[in-house]
Amino acid sequence: MTPALKHMRRAAGYLLILLVTSFLIFVLIEAAPGDPAEIMLGTSAQADTVAALRADLGLDRPMMVRYASWIAGVVTGDLGQSYTYGTPVAELIGDRLAVTVPLTLLATIIAICISLPLGVWAGSRPGAVTDGVATVFSQFGIAVPNFWIGLLLILLFSLSLGWFPAGGFPGWDDGIDKGIMALILPSIALAIPQAAVLTRVTRAAVIEVANEDFVRTARAKGLGRNRALWLHTVPNALLPVVTMLGLQIPFLISGAVLVENVFTLPGIGTLAYQALSQRDLIVIQNVVLMFAIIVIVVNLIVDGLYAILDPRLRTRK
Amino acid sequence: MKRIPLNLWLGGLISTLLVGSAVLSRFWTPEDPIKMNILNRLKGPGDAGLLGADQIGRDVFSMIMAGGWTSLGIALTATIIGGSIGTLIGVTAAAKSGIFEKASGWINSVLFAFPPILSAILLGALLGPGGLTSIIAIGVFMIPVFTRISRGAAMQIWSRDYIKAAKMAGKGQALITIEHVLPNISAQLLVQFAIQTGLGILAEAGLSFLGMGIAPPTPSWGRMLADAQTYISTAPHLVLAPGIAIALAVLGLNLLGDGLRDLTDPRRKQAS
Repeated sequence: MTPALKHMRRAAGYLLILLVTSFLIFVLIEAAPGDPAEIMLGTSAQADTVAALRADLGLDRPMMVRYASWIAGVVTGDLGQSYTYGTPVAELIGDRLAVTVPLTLLATIIAICISLPLGVWAGSRPGAVTDGVATVFSQFGIAVPNFWIGLLLILLFSLSLGWFPAGGFPGWDDGIDKGIMALILPSIALAIPQAAVLTRVTRAAVIEVANEDFVRTARAKGLGRNRALWLHTVPNALLPVVTMLGLQIPFLISGAVLVENVFTLPGIGTLAYQALSQRDLIVIQNVVLMFAIIVIVVNLIVDGLYAILDPRLRTRK
Repeated sequence: MKRIPLNLWLGGLISTLLVGSAVLSRFWTPEDPIKMNILNRLKGPGDAGLLGADQIGRDVFSMIMAGGWTSLGIALTATIIGGSIGTLIGVTAAAKSGIFEKASGWINSVLFAFPPILSAILLGALLGPGGLTSIIAIGVFMIPVFTRISRGAAMQIWSRDYIKAAKMAGKGQALITIEHVLPNISAQLLVQFAIQTGLGILAEAGLSFLGMGIAPPTPSWGRMLADAQTYISTAPHLVLAPGIAIALAVLGLNLLGDGLRDLTDPRRKQAS
C-alpha cells in the first residue's frame, strides 16, 4: 500500500469516527427534556403557536431527516439559530473562537517554552539538582487545578499588584495589546498543568534517547556533549513530546472552559456553559461537536507529524 | 529486603490521610459542615475554627473534611466503573484481535473526544447537574485510558511461553485471560487506578467549580472555590484551603501510583 493511500484510509476512518460521534451527540441532545419551541415561546404560549414554530424550525420532521439536515448544515456552515440569542449559531461560535483560539495557542506556547528547556535540562543530567527541580515542578503542576492557579494569579497580580486585569475581555478592536494583556494570566493558568505533563514526557524521552547507540557513536566520534544533545538526542526525543501535545488537547479544551469561567472571558467554553444553564440545546449540540472535531482532527495531524519527525515510520508497514 | 521508594512513602501517607479524613468526616467533624453561623461570616483562620468560616459562617475545616468524602466518592466510583469497562474491552481486544480489536479502537477514538467537562455539559442537558452526571462524565473518560493500558499489557503477556503452554493444555481465551493475563497485568492496572483516581478528583473539582457537580449543600472542594471567588478581595483565605486540599489529594495519589510502579517494575525505575 502506498503511503498516500494509507493516509487516505486513515482519514476515512476518522471521518467515520466523526459521523458516529455526531450521531451520539445528536441522540443525547434529542433525548434531553425540554422542547426548543416551548423554551423559546415561554410557558404561556398557545399550543398552535408552538406547533407553528415547531414546523418553522423543522422540529416536526422525522429524527433521521433532522440529523441529516444538521450534518448538511455543519458541512455548509449553517448551524441554525440559537434559541436564546436569536443569532446564527455559526456566528456565535465564530465570535467566541476569537477569544478561545488565542487563549489556547498562547497557553500552548507558554507550556512549550517552559517544558522543553526544563525537560531537556533535567533529562540530560538525571539525578542532578535541576532534575529534582523539574520533577517537583511537574508533580505539583499536574496536581494543581488550573482554575485554582487562575484564582491565585488574580489574587497576586490583579488584586495585590494591579499589573493585569482580574477578568473580562476588551475585544480586539481596542488594540491587540489590550486583548493580549487580558489573556496573559488566563493562559498562564492554562499552561502550567500542560507544562508539567510535557516536562515529564520530555525528560523521560531525552533520557531514553541519550542511551541509544547512535548518540554513543556520535559522542565516540568526538562530538561535544551539548552538540550531541541538541543535534542527536533532542530531535529524536520530540516524537513522544508531539504525541503528548496531541493527547493533551482534550485537557486543554476542558481547561479552557474552566479558565474562561474564572476570568469571565467570552470564549467558547463560557458559551457552552451558559447554553447549558439556558437550555439552549442547539448551541450545546454544535459546540460539543466542534470540540470533538478539533480533538479528532488534531489526532489526525499528530499521526501525520509522526511520519515527518520519524523517517523510520515512513517505510515501516 | 527492598527499600520502599520515597514517592511511595509520601504518596501512601498523603493518600491514607485523604481516605482517613474523608471516612472520619462521616462520623465526626469539628463543626457541622452544613450548619450556618452568620456571626462567624468570613472570619479568618483562628478567629472561627482552624481555617476560618465562609460567607454564611460554615466552618471551612469541617467542609474540607466532608468535601474529601464527596470528591473521593465520586472519583473512586467513576474510576472503578470506567476502569472495569475499559479493562474488559482491553483484555478482550488483546485476546480476540481482528474485527473486535478494530472496533474497540474506534470506540476509544470516539470516547477520547469527550473530556469530562464536555461530557458533563452534554449529559447535564439530559440528566441535569449532579453526582450521577459527574460520575458518568468522569467514568466515560476513564474507559479509553484503561482500554489502552490493559490491551498493551495483555498483548505482552499473550506472547509469553506459559500462555502457549496453557493454550496447548486446551484452555480457552476467556480462561487464559482470567487465570493468566489479568493476574499478570494487575500491578500495571493498580498503578493506573491510583493515577486516574487523582485525575478523577481534579475533574470532579472542575465540575463542581462550574456548578455541574453534586448539588448543594453537600460540601465539595470545587464549589467552595467557586464561592470563594466571589469574596476573593474581602476574604482571600477562603481561596487557599480548598485548592491546597485538591492539589494534595491529587499529588498523593500520583506519588502513590509512581511509587507502586517503581516498586513493581524495576526496569522503569532504572530508565527514569
